[in-house]
Amino acid sequence: MRGFLLNRLSQSLVLLLIVSVIGFVVLNLIPGGPLAQFGLDPSMTQDDLNRLKEQLGLNRPLWMQYLDWAWRLVQGDWGHSFRDGAPVLDVIGRHLVATLLLMGSSTVIAIAIGTWIGIRGATHRYSVFDYLATVGAMVALSIPTFWFGLLGIYVFSLRLGWLPAGNMYTIGDGSALNYLHHLIMPSIVLALVHVAIWSRYMRTATLDVISQEFVKTARAKGLSERRILMKHVVGNALLPMITLAGMQLPSVLTGALVTETVFTWPGMGRLFLDSLGYSDYPVVMGLLMFSAILVVLCNLIADIVVAIIDPRIRLS
Amino acid sequence: MTAIVANSRQERWWNSRTAHRFMNHHLALIGMVMIAILTLACVLGPYLLPYDSLYIDLRARFAPPFTGHHYLGTDPLGRDLAARLFMAGRVSLLVGFSAMLLSTLIGTLVGVVAGYRGGWLGTTLMRTVDGFLSFPSIFLVLALAAALKPSPMMITVVIAATSWMEVARIVEAEVRSLREREFVQAGRMLGLSGTHIMFREILPNAVGPIIVAATLTVARAILMEAYISFLGYGIQPPLPSWGNMLNGAQQYLGTAPWLAIIPGAAITIAVTSFNFIGDGLRDALDVRGDHS
Repeated sequence: MRGFLLNRLSQSLVLLLIVSVIGFVVLNLIPGGPLAQFGLDPSMTQDDLNRLKEQLGLNRPLWMQYLDWAWRLVQGDWGHSFRDGAPVLDVIGRHLVATLLLMGSSTVIAIAIGTWIGIRGATHRYSVFDYLATVGAMVALSIPTFWFGLLGIYVFSLRLGWLPAGNMYTIGDGSALNYLHHLIMPSIVLALVHVAIWSRYMRTATLDVISQEFVKTARAKGLSERRILMKHVVGNALLPMITLAGMQLPSVLTGALVTETVFTWPGMGRLFLDSLGYSDYPVVMGLLMFSAILVVLCNLIADIVVAIIDPRIRLS
Repeated sequence: MTAIVANSRQERWWNSRTAHRFMNHHLALIGMVMIAILTLACVLGPYLLPYDSLYIDLRARFAPPFTGHHYLGTDPLGRDLAARLFMAGRVSLLVGFSAMLLSTLIGTLVGVVAGYRGGWLGTTLMRTVDGFLSFPSIFLVLALAAALKPSPMMITVVIAATSWMEVARIVEAEVRSLREREFVQAGRMLGLSGTHIMFREILPNAVGPIIVAATLTVARAILMEAYISFLGYGIQPPLPSWGNMLNGAQQYLGTAPWLAIIPGAAITIAVTSFNFIGDGLRDALDVRGDHS
């Protein structure tokens, strides 16, 4: 286990290093680079900008600037928002809970429905249900998330009036039920794509497990099909899904950005777009790096969890 | 003897097992037909319709579908939606297709070099792939698109720059498994150059998986263009794209829902078709997918 942990940790560190290099390149592609904020300020002449560059060390070689930038990142100094001067990490922190709430609830929906469809598709292979699930998954993967959201708003908010069209709660009403009411549609919209992905992987994983020797043994022992499925198949098939959950995180974050925009959900995705609109590059860069670091860490955690549950992995 | 010769002569590509398997894949056929219809409509449609996609007619604002010759209705400026949909289709399909070509090129280059050379170069390249995959793609695309000049060309480059990793991974795995085969060793012993072995000897054996990945990349590129244009950082008006037609649609959802429904349906049909074709090709070319 120690060897596995050390190996996996060092991989993640290397990955973080590469992620930071990509982030630094993006930062320098922005016109004006780290000084973009002041480029449009009329009270600054080119001479001022040049002097600032000298002072801030922006005319040093790029690798020195990179080390400087990365070191500040490690220390937690992610710069300040152009809009209100608040530290970037504080701004992100203020929007984190809303996004985690949305992502969490939609992941629960995706896992519940996707797992069910996947197992049923595998146990009733080549049935009408399996065929419809396969085609349905491909269509679901092709629907733009924002369009699905717009259709949902049109049907359930404007026509039927059942669900709110946006925001996280009604002003003046902070009850849990009110939050839940606002949460339903965005989480279903965000879940659609992941139900599709989850069901496809679950179907493959279940088929893999069903063909194993121990399932034959269980059948030979005379266990009922239901017991075999519940006790021997599902648990083993769910194991690789933990890794999948980690791998899916970037796509969940992408979906969250779009969903939050359509439903004016005050999360990280919405913050990202607002910051782009204000050319608030420190926050944009902060969110870019924050989401990538989150992805690397969650993949690391998923792998460690799998290794704890499954001794085959940590021993090999 | 003559029969055998005649047989081998008849062996054309459309008679091959691969072609048969593809033609027997119903979804793939549906996809092909839909893409053909969509492409034809986008190429010819604008010539057949009585309205120009940019012609503004304030008297005909918000006309619902099937008002006069406005078969799909009009937008908030009274422009014909059908004409705009076809012109937008040209842009969206072209951006999607070009982004696929570019990203497949990048991905194949990176994959072949990483898989054949291996060592520290291969490791660095594949770690870079992992690094790019750690970013939620839309964050990266939006940051780049907002920073650079949003011309259709630049949008294509930005989408390609963030979608080449899948192909790179597939090609790398394929090339790595082919590297030690006899024909490659034979090539080395004959003194062929590394470049020749990589691109002339090994790469042709990896064409199947590349074609499948490329087809699925078109689907993803069209979706990505739709996402960023919807958010206002992609194709800029007055040039229409399926994504930016949806850009203002949300505020008219209550009064003019067709503004949102129609372009979104076009995107869904196009993307679904490419996904169907990709699935059919995967079965026909016998490529082991990562799922299904």
